[in-house]
Amino acid sequence: MRVNFVLSEVATGLRRNLTMTVAMILTTAISLGLLGTGLLIAGMISDMKAIYYDKVQVSIFLSDTVTDQQRSAIETQLKNSPEVKHFIYESKTEAYARFKQQFSQQPELVQNTPADALPESFRVELVNPERYSVIAATFPNGKNGVDQVRDEGDFLNRLFSLLNGARNATIAVAVVQALAALLLISNTIQLAAFNRRNETNIMRLVGASRWYTQLPFILEAAVAGLIGAMLAIVGLVLTKVLFVDRTLAGPIKAGIIPPVDWSAIAFISPIIAAAGVGLAGIAAYVTLRLYVRL
Amino acid sequence: MKTTPESSPANTGWCGPRQVAWHLVIELQHVTKLYPASGRPALDDVSTEIDKGEFVFLIGSSGSGKSTFLRLLLKEDSPTSGTVSVNGKTLNTMSKWQVPKLRRTMGCVFQDFRLLRDRTVAQNVAFALEVINKPQRTIKRVVPEVLEMVGLEGKAARLPSELSGGEQQRVAIARAFVNRPLVLLADEPTGNLDPETSEGIMLLLERINRTGTTVIMATHDYHIVDSMRRRVIELNGGQITRDQSRGVYGVGR
Repeated sequence: MRVNFVLSEVATGLRRNLTMTVAMILTTAISLGLLGTGLLIAGMISDMKAIYYDKVQVSIFLSDTVTDQQRSAIETQLKNSPEVKHFIYESKTEAYARFKQQFSQQPELVQNTPADALPESFRVELVNPERYSVIAATFPNGKNGVDQVRDEGDFLNRLFSLLNGARNATIAVAVVQALAALLLISNTIQLAAFNRRNETNIMRLVGASRWYTQLPFILEAAVAGLIGAMLAIVGLVLTKVLFVDRTLAGPIKAGIIPPVDWSAIAFISPIIAAAGVGLAGIAAYVTLRLYVRL
Repeated sequence: MKTTPESSPANTGWCGPRQVAWHLVIELQHVTKLYPASGRPALDDVSTEIDKGEFVFLIGSSGSGKSTFLRLLLKEDSPTSGTVSVNGKTLNTMSKWQVPKLRRTMGCVFQDFRLLRDRTVAQNVAFALEVINKPQRTIKRVVPEVLEMVGLEGKAARLPSELSGGEQQRVAIARAFVNRPLVLLADEPTGNLDPETSEGIMLLLERINRTGTTVIMATHDYHIVDSMRRRVIELNGGQITRDQSRGVYGVGR
């Protein structure tokens, strides 16, 4: 295969349909950018799950009037319960320290909160996180020094279902965009094949192999897919630098939201590039088989 | 009045059937081609044989099946029934992937030249070799040779638009012949040319024929057919109505 010949055909093809090529690259880039965002959110969700689920599943908040006897009774009960894997006790001072750290970006909030406003609590990790109701039944609200039993998992589940929804929506839009990109690629390839019908007709007549005739078109689409993928990756990098790292700096530092690591982008980039090149190439090949007689 | 071509090898007793097949460049057996859109067959039970090195005129009015005949030889189309063989290979059973190989043994020339307008004469000819992966060394050697043969030496760097019709057809012939095909198919190659220019093109095709290349030329030009006195196959309504060696275009014209 003459590499130069094929490459110059590809370059000519891309130049000849400049507007279509640009449209093809942009839709591909948007689609792949959204796909990348979806993947990043998915990675973030699993990071967050690791951060939160591992720590606390059920919080038992004690009332202000709890006695030492009641507290140690609860502790004994927790120690002896087969449902409990692990638990920690958090005093009012510790709760306040953690609160101050979490909201360090909002000093007014910290200033307006008295040091003893936060209740002491037991933070309980269950053997099976689904068995929250058993703990809730053992420690009825408002009795024996217990103020409230709260299933943190429930809150987290709602948070994560929100994030999952965001991820799914992003990927759904990415899929729709991908469909538009594929149709555009198909159109561009048909146009390119039409523009070069003289060349391809002669190639067919003189006995050029099918690969020789079709490869320039497939490569043309693949190159556009690759450029689209690179734009998408640049978009992700800019999103990280300009949005995530700046606007979300506070919550990230506080450990509420996991940071978007360079390693995550580095991991996603080859996936995006492969998806861009692969889908564009396949779309071009299918177009040539179905619509263009080469 | 039907006569068999004089050079038919079928009766040369000393050689067996395999050699017979080897001598035959083209063989059609009871070939019928129906296009779905039309009720009348484009070719109707056509059988004929063409030897290596023959010069054959294919004549007949428009719609008589000449183009279908040529298309079948190139495997641009497959016959509805019957078998088409080129160089001993049956095209009916040939897979799609083998078609390029078949076409490398055949050259094609058309009425409308079909040159690439943005390439020079030399590039047009070289294109045919580049796309079948011939080494650059060979291309550099062969292209000037064939341009000289068709009488275009010194015009290698011209664009087709800078050439006369006759010269453009010479480029097309050079492109068709540069890979030394077994068969040259010419579909009304003089259809767009004046009589003097046509004569030059015919001399060139004769010269190519003398190198051993079988030439099959579809034409309406009775002056040419009458003056050349070569084998004439006349098609009418998809059937061969005449197959005559040293034929003329026909009576009643």
